[in-house]
Amino acid sequence: MTTVTNGVNVQALIDAREVLKGAPEAAQFTWRASAKWNSGVHSTIKVHSFFGLGEEHNHKQESVFDADHPEVFAAEDNGITPIEYLIVGLASCLTAGVASVAENRGIQLRSVEATVEGAHDIRGILGADSDVRNGYNDIKVTFTIDADASRQEIEALVAQSQKRSAVFDALTNPTNVTVEVA
Amino acid sequence: MLERGEVANSWRRERWESLRLLTPNWQCRLPGLHYEGGDPDGYLTAGEVSEFIERFAKVSAAPVRTGAQVTSVRRVDGRYHVMTSLGEIGCETVVIASGACNRPAVPAFSAALPPGVDQLTPFDYRNPAGIRDGGVLVVGASATGVQLAAELQRSGHPVTLSVGEHVRLPRMYRGRDVLWWMEASGVWDQRHDEIDDLTRARRLPSPQLAGTPERTALDLNVLASAGVELVGRWATVRDGCALFSGGLRNVFSLADLKMERLLNTFDEWAETAGHNADVGPVERFAATRVPESARLQLDLRSGEIGTVVWATGFRPDYEWLDLPVMDAKGQLIHDGGVVDSPGVFALGLPVLRRRKSTFICGIEDDAREVIDHLARYLARRR
Repeated sequence: MTTVTNGVNVQALIDAREVLKGAPEAAQFTWRASAKWNSGVHSTIKVHSFFGLGEEHNHKQESVFDADHPEVFAAEDNGITPIEYLIVGLASCLTAGVASVAENRGIQLRSVEATVEGAHDIRGILGADSDVRNGYNDIKVTFTIDADASRQEIEALVAQSQKRSAVFDALTNPTNVTVEVA
Repeated sequence: MLERGEVANSWRRERWESLRLLTPNWQCRLPGLHYEGGDPDGYLTAGEVSEFIERFAKVSAAPVRTGAQVTSVRRVDGRYHVMTSLGEIGCETVVIASGACNRPAVPAFSAALPPGVDQLTPFDYRNPAGIRDGGVLVVGASATGVQLAAELQRSGHPVTLSVGEHVRLPRMYRGRDVLWWMEASGVWDQRHDEIDDLTRARRLPSPQLAGTPERTALDLNVLASAGVELVGRWATVRDGCALFSGGLRNVFSLADLKMERLLNTFDEWAETAGHNADVGPVERFAATRVPESARLQLDLRSGEIGTVVWATGFRPDYEWLDLPVMDAKGQLIHDGGVVDSPGVFALGLPVLRRRKSTFICGIEDDAREVIDHLARYLARRR
């Protein structure tokens, strides 16, 4: 087999899987983000620390994101809308999955591009029609992949990537969400 | 041989009326007994399976003690004490052959269903007449789920089928039963120590197959054409509503791609083994059709669904086994049927030693090898 270099350390992931099979408590992670309201519908969100493998960690550096709404929403557009952050997460998660699965299956990738479109009926959030939901009605991800593989193998990469995707799961299945006032 | 009830007990008491074997009659082979009827390509009914097993008990002169419910197996001074409803037995070795399907597995959220909805497992289900009028939500799309969905829909109940990961197979491929291909191509003979991900292979749901006289496929396209509504995997119940996954399209893709890979394996084997002349031309099947908009929730208080049928798999029951040989999920820890307690062995579990381990024609090879281990164990002790 020729050496495949998609840059994913699959061996480390496989080793982690074996270790965590016998240590489920170490597998419990907590991801965090904190938002601070600026004015209007503009807020700034910071992500730095997380918990996992039994201890606190920090990302190499703090990431700062601005969320706002576009001018057609009568806002200042200081950043993308919160619901766009969801598809940012989905696109990056599935793309990471494609690379990991390809590495594991010995498939050399040359390019991977994903475009995501989320269909959103804003009558829901405006309260204009109580039968319309607030969130996305449909999300469509289209991958364009150039790799040393057949179309069938590429489709299998994309399918397996969805099967193991945290964000795909979070969007397609219900999650308990608790929101409270401190 | 201890049997809690009578010979072929689970086939007599824990099967619905219309059930037939998934394997064609010519594959009904046990050491010294094989199908001799006039329909080698047909499929035995549950009643016929009971008779077949009963005949095997006689032909093999197996020393079966019926009505012997085992209540505990303990290790005492290097031997085993087996408590049964007929008294205690002491032995050097134990072979666990109680199967993998002792209890229907039902998700914990079943407790949150509104009280007005009937809930059945495949052990409770007998026939459509026993189901109250109205809609049925069948949960799970392996062999049991697709068969019950088809039967209930045919009988006039509007059926909704909740579909998670599943194994799609055609009944017939290139003019032969798909299980002929599994056997002839050697897929069924793949050994436990040759399989990449054995845990996954052992957890594989049963394929979407039915043994009908028409020998037709029973996949999700067939069910959808018959009027069955397909929804995603049932994730939870919230405020009396069933919430289904929006990932239906991907479980279809996974199953379609997996089936195609298997058919490729068959085609390659037919080519290299020189069987192309014995079988029909290469076939490919339409992809599973994705519903235009699969429902994500269903209000269980609305009266639309009168009955939920849990076709969500089965689990073994080892409550009687007082040995530290189970993993955290309640599965027996074993290496090809050799259990990690001296002198204890297992037979008849999924991919115990080969992919065919849980099929009638698969037990013979496994049994010979496991009994070799057992005989060597006894020889070492003497």
